[in-house]
Amino acid sequence: MSHLNVAVDTVGVADATPDEKQPWAELGLKEDEYQRIREILGRRPTQSELAMYSIMWSEHCSYKSSKVHLRQFGQKNPKTPRLLAGIGENAGVVAIDENLAVTFKVESHNHPSYVEPKQGAATGVGGIIRDIIAMGARPIAVMDSLRFGAIDHPDTARVLPGVVDGIGHYGNCVGLPNIGGETYFDPCYQGNPLVNALSVGVLPRSRLQSMQASGVGNTVILMGAKTGRDGIGGVSVLASATFSETGEGDARPSVQVGDPFTEKLLIEVCLELFDAGLVVGVQDLGGAGLTCALSETAAAGDGGMHVDLELVPLRAKGMEPQDILASESQERMLLIVDPAKAEEVLARSRRWGLLATEIGTVTDTGRLVIDFHGQTVVDVPPKSLADEGPVYHRPLAEPNDLQLIAVDRAETLPRPTTPEEIRQTVLDMAASPNLCDKSWITEQYDSSVFGNTVLGTPHDAGVVRLDERTGVGIAISLDGNGRFARLDPYTGAQLALAEAYRNVAVTGATPIAVSDCLNFGSPEDPHVMWQFERAVTGIADGCQKLGIPVTGGNVSFYNQTGRDAIHPTPVIGVLGLLDDVHRRIPLGLGKTGDTIALIGETREELSGSEWASVKHGHLGGVPPVVDLDHEMKLAELLSRLAETEQLAAAHDLSEGGLAQALVEAICHTGLGAQILLPEGADPFTYLFSESSGRVLVVIPRGQELAVRTACEQRNLPITPLGVTDANTDGLHLRDLFDISLDELEASWKGRIGAVLGE
Amino acid sequence: MSARVGVVTFPGSLDDRDAARAVRLAGGEPVGLWHDDAALGQVDAVFLPGGFSYGDALRCGAIARFSQVMDTVKAAAAQGMPVLGVCNGFQVLCESHLLPGALVRNAHLRYRNRPARLRVETSRTAWTRLYEPGAEVVFPAKHGEGRYVADEAVLDRLEEEGRVVFRYLDNPNGSMRDIAGVTNEAGNVVGLMPHPEHAVDELTGPSNDGLGIVASVLAHLTGAADTSGVSR
Repeated sequence: MSHLNVAVDTVGVADATPDEKQPWAELGLKEDEYQRIREILGRRPTQSELAMYSIMWSEHCSYKSSKVHLRQFGQKNPKTPRLLAGIGENAGVVAIDENLAVTFKVESHNHPSYVEPKQGAATGVGGIIRDIIAMGARPIAVMDSLRFGAIDHPDTARVLPGVVDGIGHYGNCVGLPNIGGETYFDPCYQGNPLVNALSVGVLPRSRLQSMQASGVGNTVILMGAKTGRDGIGGVSVLASATFSETGEGDARPSVQVGDPFTEKLLIEVCLELFDAGLVVGVQDLGGAGLTCALSETAAAGDGGMHVDLELVPLRAKGMEPQDILASESQERMLLIVDPAKAEEVLARSRRWGLLATEIGTVTDTGRLVIDFHGQTVVDVPPKSLADEGPVYHRPLAEPNDLQLIAVDRAETLPRPTTPEEIRQTVLDMAASPNLCDKSWITEQYDSSVFGNTVLGTPHDAGVVRLDERTGVGIAISLDGNGRFARLDPYTGAQLALAEAYRNVAVTGATPIAVSDCLNFGSPEDPHVMWQFERAVTGIADGCQKLGIPVTGGNVSFYNQTGRDAIHPTPVIGVLGLLDDVHRRIPLGLGKTGDTIALIGETREELSGSEWASVKHGHLGGVPPVVDLDHEMKLAELLSRLAETEQLAAAHDLSEGGLAQALVEAICHTGLGAQILLPEGADPFTYLFSESSGRVLVVIPRGQELAVRTACEQRNLPITPLGVTDANTDGLHLRDLFDISLDELEASWKGRIGAVLGE
Repeated sequence: MSARVGVVTFPGSLDDRDAARAVRLAGGEPVGLWHDDAALGQVDAVFLPGGFSYGDALRCGAIARFSQVMDTVKAAAAQGMPVLGVCNGFQVLCESHLLPGALVRNAHLRYRNRPARLRVETSRTAWTRLYEPGAEVVFPAKHGEGRYVADEAVLDRLEEEGRVVFRYLDNPNGSMRDIAGVTNEAGNVVGLMPHPEHAVDELTGPSNDGLGIVASVLAHLTGAADTSGVSR
C-alpha cells in the first residue's frame, strides 16, 4: 500500500464519518438520488461506491429518462419463436434455423467522435463488437450510420476524415467486412455529429452465452487489455473535487484509445473458450468499465461477488480504487468460470498472448464486495446499481413551431419546369452532398474479409452468407431521416423503419428483426422528450404492425449544443433472412432488353425532401405517407420474385426519388436506360417526389407478364418505365432530355474528396 | 491424394480462413499452422495470409519474421518448397528477406479497397504456372501499406530476370513500376498485395481468377515429381 498517498475511503471510514461532504452533485447525482444511496447502504457511500452509483445511475447506463417509453417495445413486440434473447441483453439474438442464430445491435458513439473523431469512432466500433462476442457469437460484419454538419463547414474537414479513419482502422485491423451504412450532412449536426455503429455476429444456438455470475465459488476473470486512466469521465470530477492534494495529474483524455489487435485476440480466445465449454458467464467492458460489468453480472447471477481490486493489471501508476472501477479502457471482457477450469482458461489466453487474471469469486452473500489491498471499499447490493436506478417521467411538450412548420409545405416551392431545367436538377441533385457517391469513404473499409460478403456498398442492404453448404444468409440495412422526423417524429421514425425494412426486402430477404439507435437532444427539454416519445411510439407501433420485434439498441441524448438540438434522428437497423444468398437481388440494370419498372405509387410528396433541402434550404410541411400494409405486401412480393429468380435487379427509392435511383443504377453498371415517364405524369414530381413504398425493378425479358401478374395479385401498382440498353449512353428520358454516362459520373463521383481538398 | 497447403495463423492474421477456403476450392487440403510452432506438419506448400500480424507493431511483418514458424518456412523455401504471401504475408516475406524490396505507406497515405486489375507477367513460378503470361486478372486490393519499393538496381534485376509476377493496370498505391507481386530467383516464393483468396467465387468476389493461384501450386506439386525445378 506504500504507493498510496491518500487514505483509502473504506466502508469502515464511511461508517465512522457519516457527515463527510461528498461531491454527489459534481458527479451528476440529484440530491434525492444521493439520499436514496444512503438509504440503500444505511450509511454514506464510500468514494468508490459514490463513483459507481453516479455512473450506473447516469442517463447513459440507467436509461432513466427513456425507460418509461422504451417499455413500449416489450409491450408491443410481436411474439416470435425466433427471438432467443432480447432487450436488456448485450445484443438481441434471433434464430436463423434449428442450428444457427444471429445477433446484431446498433449503438452510438456520438460525443466521443466529436471530441476526438478517430478514436471516438474506432472505440465505437470496438464496443459494439464486444457486445456481439458477449452473446457467444463470432462478429461477421460491421456497418455505420454517420451524420455530419455541412460538408463545406471547416470543422467537417476535421471530423469526417477522422471518423472514417477510425471506423476503417478498427474494422480493418480486427478483420470485419464493412457491408454498408449511410452518410448524411446537415447543419443541425454541426457540433453534434452522429456515429452509429452496427455489428452482427453468428453463433450456433447451443453457444448462446449469458451475463450471469452464477455458481457460488466460481472464479471471476478479467481478460484483455490492462486498465488505465483513459475514459474516466465522472471520476476525474470526483478526483478534482476531493483529491486535489494528491498531486496526481488527471488531465487524461476522456476519450478512450482503441487497440483492434487486442480485440481480435479477444474474439479468438473468447470463441475458443465458449466452444470448449469453459465459460459460465461473460460480460464485455464498455462504457462504465468494471463498475458496469461487475454490477451487471452480479445482479444477473444468483448471489453476490467478491473482488480483490488490486489484482486488476494496471497500465498507470497510483490509480485509486474508484479510478480502476470507472476506467473505460477498451478491449476487456469479464468471464465467470468454474475454478477447476480457470487454469485452462488462463492457459488458452496465454497461448494467444492475451492477458487474463483472476480477480474475484462468486459468493452467496447477495452483496458485491470489492476489496483493495485487504480493505473493503465497496459493499453494495448489486441490483441497486444495475437494475434499480432512478426512473424519470420527464415532461413532454409538442414543439411550439410544429404547427407553423407543418403548413410551410415544400409542395408550394418554385420548381424547374422546362426539360433543360429538370435535366440540370438531376445533375445538381446527383452532385449534392447527401446523394453523391460515397466511395471516398467506403473505399477506406475492407468489405471482403471472411469471403462471405455477397452484397456490400452501394447496394441497398449488405448481404452476408452464413453457411457455405446451405447458402443461408442475412441482409441488413441501417436507415434514418432526421428531416422527416423533425417534421413529424412518429411518422419520421416509421419512415426510417419502412425504408430499412424495404432495403432488406429489395435484396430478396425476409425482414425478421429490428435494432434501433435513438439520437436526440436533451431529455431535459420537454420538446425533445416529446419528439422522443413520439418516435419510440412510432417504432413500437410500426414493428408491431410489421410483425418484427425490436431486439435491442441504444439511446443517445444530449446531442445538443446550447439550445440547438439535432433533428430527432432515430436510426433503424433491420435484419432479414435469405434462404439462399445465390438468389439475392442486386442493385443494377440487368442486361440489354430488360424492362425497367416502378412498383408503388408516386404522389406529390416533396416536403422534407432532398430537393427541397438542396435547392431551397427548406424544411417544412408534412413528411410522406407511410403505409406499412403496403410495405409488407411489397416485401412479400420481392421475396417471392427472388425465390423464382424473376428480377434481374431492384433498387429502393428514397432520398432524391426516382431520378437519383436511376442515376445510381446507371453509374453502378455503366449501362444505359431508356425511360418514358407515364402519360400525364408531371415529370418533375415523378422524378423527385420522395413517396415511400417504391422500388425500381428490372425484369428479365420474358418475365414481364409474370411479374405484372404477381403485382396485380397483391394489389401493388406497377408502372413500366422503359428498358435497359447497353447502346444508350447514360440516361435517355424520352421527349425530355439525355444525359451521358460521363456527365452523370462527373456530377455524382468524386465530390466528397473534392470538398475535403483531395 | 491432394496436396497439403499449410496456412499460417499469426496473432492478428485475418485471412487465414479465407486462404484455407481458396485451397479447398482449388482441390487442395488446407492445414492450419501456428505461428509459435516450428513444425510444418508435412505440408507441401505454405500460404502466409493477410491481416495485421502482431498488430503491425514496429512495421508490417517485422515481428512475424522472428516467429518460430518463419524459421522453418525460410529453411523449407530454401529447399524449394512453394511459399505464397498475400498482403501482410507479402510484407512478412519481404521482412524475412525471402523476397527483395519493401512495402511502404501508400502514396496517397490512405487505406484503399478497390478491385485491382492485374497483368500476370510470368507463368514461370510455382504459383502462376496455369496462367497465360499477359493474362489479365481481377483481385481485390485493400491495404494502407502496399506501395512496393526497391532500389533501381534491384528493380532492374527483377525485370531482367522476369521476376515481376503481377503488375497493376491501374496502380492504386504508387508502387514502383506498377509492381503488385514478385518472386524469388527459384520461382517458388511469390508475394503479392492484392488478394487472390478473395477472388475465388463470383458470388463473393470481383472474379474467380484467384483460384488459378492455388491450382497452379497444386499442378506444380503433382508435376514436381518428374521435373526438378519450377521453370518449364
